[in-house]
Amino acid sequence: MWSLIQIELYKIFRRPRTYIAFGAIAALIVVIQLGLKIDGDAYAGFLMKDINDTLTVDGKVLNGYLICYILLQLLLVHVPLLVALIAADMISGEANLGTLRLLFSTPFSRTHWVLAKFIAASIYTILLLIWLAFLALFVSMWIFGTDDLFLMKSNYVVLIEQSDVLWRYVGAFVFASFSLLTVTSLGFLMSSLSSNSIGPIVGTMSAIVFFTILSTLNIPLFNLVKPYLFTTHMNNWKEFFDIKVNLDNEAIRGSILNIAKIKTSLMVLTLHIILFVTASVIIIKKKDILS
Amino acid sequence: MFGVFCYYYSMAVIKVENISKHFGALKAVDDLSFEVQAGQVFGFLGQNGSGKSTTIRMLLSLIHPSSGNIELFGKSIQKNRDAILEQVGAIIERPDLYPYLSATEHLQLFAKVRKKKIEASNIQNTLEKVGLANRAKDKVQTFSLGMKQRLGIAIALVHNPSLIILDEPTNGLDPQGIADIRALIQHLAKEEGKTVFVSSHLLSEIEQVAHQILIIHQGKKMVEGVTKELLDPERRIVQIKTTNDELALANIMTGSFGKYVLPRKEGIHLKLPTIEIASLNESLVKAGVAVLGIETKNSLEDYFLQITSNA
Amino acid sequence: MQTKKSKNILLYFLSLAISLFFSSTVIAQADPLIEKVSQKLAQVNDYVAEGIMKTDVAFIKASLGKVKVYFKKPNLLKIKKEGGISLLPRGGVSLTINTLLNTKQYTTIPAGNQVLNGKNLTVIKLIPTDDNLDWVISTLWIDPVEALVYKTATTTKENGSYEITMQYGEYAKQGLASKIIFSFNTKDYKLPNGITLEFGDEDPTAKQKALKNKKGTIEITYSKYTINKGVPNTIF
Repeated sequence: MWSLIQIELYKIFRRPRTYIAFGAIAALIVVIQLGLKIDGDAYAGFLMKDINDTLTVDGKVLNGYLICYILLQLLLVHVPLLVALIAADMISGEANLGTLRLLFSTPFSRTHWVLAKFIAASIYTILLLIWLAFLALFVSMWIFGTDDLFLMKSNYVVLIEQSDVLWRYVGAFVFASFSLLTVTSLGFLMSSLSSNSIGPIVGTMSAIVFFTILSTLNIPLFNLVKPYLFTTHMNNWKEFFDIKVNLDNEAIRGSILNIAKIKTSLMVLTLHIILFVTASVIIIKKKDILS
Repeated sequence: MFGVFCYYYSMAVIKVENISKHFGALKAVDDLSFEVQAGQVFGFLGQNGSGKSTTIRMLLSLIHPSSGNIELFGKSIQKNRDAILEQVGAIIERPDLYPYLSATEHLQLFAKVRKKKIEASNIQNTLEKVGLANRAKDKVQTFSLGMKQRLGIAIALVHNPSLIILDEPTNGLDPQGIADIRALIQHLAKEEGKTVFVSSHLLSEIEQVAHQILIIHQGKKMVEGVTKELLDPERRIVQIKTTNDELALANIMTGSFGKYVLPRKEGIHLKLPTIEIASLNESLVKAGVAVLGIETKNSLEDYFLQITSNA
Repeated sequence: MQTKKSKNILLYFLSLAISLFFSSTVIAQADPLIEKVSQKLAQVNDYVAEGIMKTDVAFIKASLGKVKVYFKKPNLLKIKKEGGISLLPRGGVSLTINTLLNTKQYTTIPAGNQVLNGKNLTVIKLIPTDDNLDWVISTLWIDPVEALVYKTATTTKENGSYEITMQYGEYAKQGLASKIIFSFNTKDYKLPNGITLEFGDEDPTAKQKALKNKKGTIEITYSKYTINKGVPNTIF
């Protein structure tokens, strides 16, 4: 099995297309960091408009930790589309190329191949996330320095001490990996249904957009299905950055407001991953390979 | 493995029993049965769309048969797939490869999926065998169709399999390339004792290498037999051209030559021993039929064309 | 008729004289209390205080933070959080009792007495005489015996009104509080979902608190004062 994974990784990283996503993420992040470095004070001023009426905020609000949070908010909505580029091509791309029949006539079962391909696609996804984490967090920390994380949510503000931030980002990135792996597995499933890659890539992107809209619109009818949609849970990495307060309204260091929400989301995402991959294996096992 | 090895020299390497494959209403393969003995070159002949590739894909478990059994090395392909395919090398239809990898990288990749370790020297030797040693490091996207075909064959051979399945191996090759592949097939069977299952629609090439042939048409077996017998020079296909085909045919049918007549849409064709040709001519002349010419053919291609056009 | 008119004029001037007499007497009595407080505070030229700051605003979740407070006569004050972001009421922090009284540019108006937390305190209003000062009026609740200010309520020109409540401990002799509570009005806080990309449910209790509670407090509990050791101006 490990040899199959090695082969799949080798093929993924020999293709120029693979590096588009890494380049796109780097370009996006650099542009945003540059913009915030030049004009960040105006942006921070806009965010803190309501607060500045009442309070004076002293300290480096626009520091690396906040920049990373802003970047993750923006990118973790769009990175799934980059993940789909590779994941949705894993099986259909080979079918289109005609090499699928070569692979499936080797002494490894289709299940082995499908799982190896999924694992390789997952490794690619994780590497993409690590790249994103490096640029968004560590490079931001280097450019903008560090201070407390002053998070301006829609209805309230969370101030997290410096020493209490980094582990939250580790948790958030681990969570984000589950979110992205769900997209990987969806793309993979789409890929197993087709003999060319355009359909699965477009299908995966469309599904994500469609379900994201269902997840974000506050319509009672949609509220029935929201808990079961993976897109509802994908952005709950933000829960790592909401803290509990005691009866005196003092924030409790090291706490997470809603751990149960994180656990539930992780479970839902994991179930989706298992479901999509299992479906892919079943489809491929039953399929006649005509390509 | 040892079981497979022992089996190899005792019974049929390929045993197909009554396999059929339906794609909806279309019967791609219809109740097909045959056996391939160890060390044979088996020619699987048919026009394009006759069911050859479908059959080969069923042998390699790429397609699930609608009914019937397939055994390779005496074991069911469905139940012992992995062990069986370790001993099989195949090229299926056109040589589709990874354009961004080189010839060597392809062989390294496909060597990796084999359970036995394949040395770098084996890879080099395989490339030499198919005439690609000087293009080993070039990316496949720079290859011609013929070179891709050679690489496809190399992939089938790199792990030294006992059974080699070649689907249209001479596609895209120039005459020298075709001759090289023919020589390779003969070498694999004679010198290395491999079983080679070759499919093609180019009968002129296969008849020179195959010990046994099977002709398939519209998914059905039309004929199967030892090549020598099917090409029996003593039994020629004779086409008679006369000024009065009706009279000639009537004469033949009423006489002793009637049993040799082959049903054809046009012309008068008989399959009869060579020694009888002169007698046939004499008979027709005596009946007042003016014989314009007698053509004889003994190539397998002609046999194939006749059978498939009659069907 | 003429007699009645003269009588009224006489009564008017008599009551004016009496009220002026009494007000001057009372002013004479209020000034000493303010003086007493000022004298106490005058012992302190500068200090560096270490403390813990607690922010209690409905729409803010913040933990306790270590702070250092720097003061230098007459009216320089700086609160610095040790590493990190601090939240302070806009414009209010600089107007502590030290900085208010050290300006010496005010008139005092007595406003009676009030019992606050079991203490009988004298209430005195200060009105700035210099138009350039940031504040409009300030009310002080002072213990007449200890000459300690327990509460101030100040209205500023540009930053609204706030209250400062003080508790005293070991540094009471120098008029330095062991705990200071800044209370101020808060405005609504809201950022559009399109900016924050928050489309899910946020903490519902935080939302409810924000709706109910329009006041915020910032408490500083002092653990240590370093008094009159010198504080460089660069701090401010």
